[in-house]
Amino acid sequence: MSNEPHLSDSGLSSGVPYLIRGATLPDGTRSDVLLTGGRVAELGHGLSHAGATVIDADGLQALPGLVDLHTHLREPGADQSETVLTGSQAAARGGFTSVFAMANTSPTQDTAGVVEQVLALGERAGYVTVQPIGAVTKGLGGTQLAELGAMATSRARVRVFSDDGLCVSDPLLMRRALEYVKAFDGVIAQHSQEPRLTEKAQMNEGALSGELGLIGWPAVAEEAIIARDVLLAEHVGSRLHVCHLSTAGSVDVIRWAKARGINVTAEVTPHHLLLTEDLVVGYDARFKVNPPLRRREDVEALRAALADGTIDIVATDHAPHPIESKDCEWDAAANGMVGLESALSVVQAAVVDTGQLAWADVARVLSATPARIGRISGQGQPIVVGAPAELTLIDPAARRVFGRADLSGLSANSPYLDMALPGRVIATFHRGTATVLDGVLRDATEVARLNGVLHG
Amino acid sequence: MSSNNMRHLLSTKDLSRDAAINLLDVAEDMADVATREVKKLPTLRGKTVVNLFFEDSTRTRISFEAAAKRLSADVINFSAKGSSVSKGESLKDTAQTLAEIGADGVVIRHPASGAPAVLASSGWIDAGIINAGDGTHEHPTQALLDAFTIRRRLHGSASRGKSLDGVTVAIVGDILHSRVARSNLWLLNTLGAEVTFVSPPTLVPADVSGWPAKFGFDLDAAIDAQPEVVMMLRIQAERMSAAFFPSSREYSRAWGLTDARFARLSPASIVMHPGPMNRGLEISSAAADSARSTVREQVANGVSVRMATLYLLLSGDRENA
Repeated sequence: MSNEPHLSDSGLSSGVPYLIRGATLPDGTRSDVLLTGGRVAELGHGLSHAGATVIDADGLQALPGLVDLHTHLREPGADQSETVLTGSQAAARGGFTSVFAMANTSPTQDTAGVVEQVLALGERAGYVTVQPIGAVTKGLGGTQLAELGAMATSRARVRVFSDDGLCVSDPLLMRRALEYVKAFDGVIAQHSQEPRLTEKAQMNEGALSGELGLIGWPAVAEEAIIARDVLLAEHVGSRLHVCHLSTAGSVDVIRWAKARGINVTAEVTPHHLLLTEDLVVGYDARFKVNPPLRRREDVEALRAALADGTIDIVATDHAPHPIESKDCEWDAAANGMVGLESALSVVQAAVVDTGQLAWADVARVLSATPARIGRISGQGQPIVVGAPAELTLIDPAARRVFGRADLSGLSANSPYLDMALPGRVIATFHRGTATVLDGVLRDATEVARLNGVLHG
Repeated sequence: MSSNNMRHLLSTKDLSRDAAINLLDVAEDMADVATREVKKLPTLRGKTVVNLFFEDSTRTRISFEAAAKRLSADVINFSAKGSSVSKGESLKDTAQTLAEIGADGVVIRHPASGAPAVLASSGWIDAGIINAGDGTHEHPTQALLDAFTIRRRLHGSASRGKSLDGVTVAIVGDILHSRVARSNLWLLNTLGAEVTFVSPPTLVPADVSGWPAKFGFDLDAAIDAQPEVVMMLRIQAERMSAAFFPSSREYSRAWGLTDARFARLSPASIVMHPGPMNRGLEISSAAADSARSTVREQVANGVSVRMATLYLLLSGDRENA
């Protein structure tokens, strides 16, 4: 693929430059932004460009295109829940320009062939850069390393490896995986869940689980694995990423590890920043997720940790499920929530409107740092002249009751339906073309065509 | 009979004191019916009650069946074993089937905590829902029949209108997995009784700071406190393999109502068990068969309490309930 300038000469709309007038940049300054040739071509006031589509961005916040390090796209294998195309659409709608596709597909993303297939599906859809994650163990079986090197050197250039959904609980296997990925600057993204301590677990273990009669998922089951893994990472001098931190104790362990100089990064989901276990009271399975919703004290600790940098990034853990997987008794329901379309609004509600994060911090935790952890190029760069035209415009003053129409993916298992949320994505630009404009997702064939033109 | 109608009976936690006492009083009226020559009332004639059992429980099912029949309801027993449910039919499809059949009341026993609440709030079916035991959550009619039994033992024919203010109750055994313990806790507390739980430390929920009860590990101390009621819970043998306690012998020695402990109880105290009992494990035969044991009364009272529940849920116009 290339980012040749002046594709507008082709006469196709892909080449149409966008002149964004008066947007607020992450640092708080206001500027016009000219996108042309797949780049941020010019910044400043009173810009003009012949033939440009002008967007009035008065009052709108510009952010570098968001990068989600933790997305489940479900294809191949579960395309009744989501496909690479529909998941990409959900991502664009939420302001994302890149998603890392988790490995628990069927077949598992544990070979070069499967990760290249997912990469190609993402390229064909064209809404976002789809960067496949590779499985750590063959078939997520937890016993034998997958072909990590083959995936790393494949066309998909995999750098993030994860058995997410399952924990690499075998300490020796975890040690070997951490060591092995050093060969290609990889990272192990661990789903930290001690399996024996969480057998048949249904919700956070505490006062409420006892009352509701649901088997508890104790905080220690997460914290014990994180503590073990940071020590392993230190011992072998490798890089560890901790997925979806959910407890105050986990924050303490990460803080300790970072103070010790261990090369660890940590992630939190939007839902763990906003929702608490109290929502389980009515046994509504939309609130069933793994790791489970925790206590108010945990939510406060996670917010503070994101604000002080102990937690590096926000990632959605977008987990689509068909209706029948949630429209049932609690025990029978699947874990997971869709989160791409709502992520920015939830982050705004949880940490921006509370004064804990500025928009520059949001750009860091939802774009720059996840791109860096995932070693992906052309994403997560600041809005400066010459940067790739990966950009999101949001209206932070908007307020809306989040509804089914706000979801662009195939599945509707959102915990935020009927909830009032701040902020709205107005436009998303990926490789210089608009994937969302005026809050509306652009047509798939149009996006695919523009995308095809752009990468030849 | 008064009829402060209820929509569903899902838990005792959300039962008010007045509603609970009213239900027990209605159960007294129902108990009177059982002493007549014709043990049947026409109250629920034309109503259909479905016993929807996803778990085997012959005792609870026949108790509800007897209760519904004594109120002249039509009864359908739907056991998940050997039915389409065991072939993967969802709770939703089963509920919608029962709705089409015209069920007015659904008595549901389910291994998943909260299944009755999901059924009641789903919109799949408009029937009154009675929780006949859900997972490790609640078993409200068991608690109601236990309270009814205690009240009758204490007040006899003068029971109507009475609460259980100040009555001391020790509940012994597997609190963690017991829906009977939870339903009893909330109801006994609402009725004014004082509850003490006694169990191995492994069989108490992780955080019980919000439970209105005392907790202890020492059954001998609890016995020496001379509670008016000792309620023994059934211990499941499979808990041993999950390392909750080392052996049934050790459990029995520390937390069983042995002959020696039974002998130390006050003659005025009563011994309860929700059944089925593991004789020689959590309760000795001498205790189970003594005059202080209410085990058989509990079974009889279960029918009266379930008649009262069905009556309060299903009689009259449900739309105005």
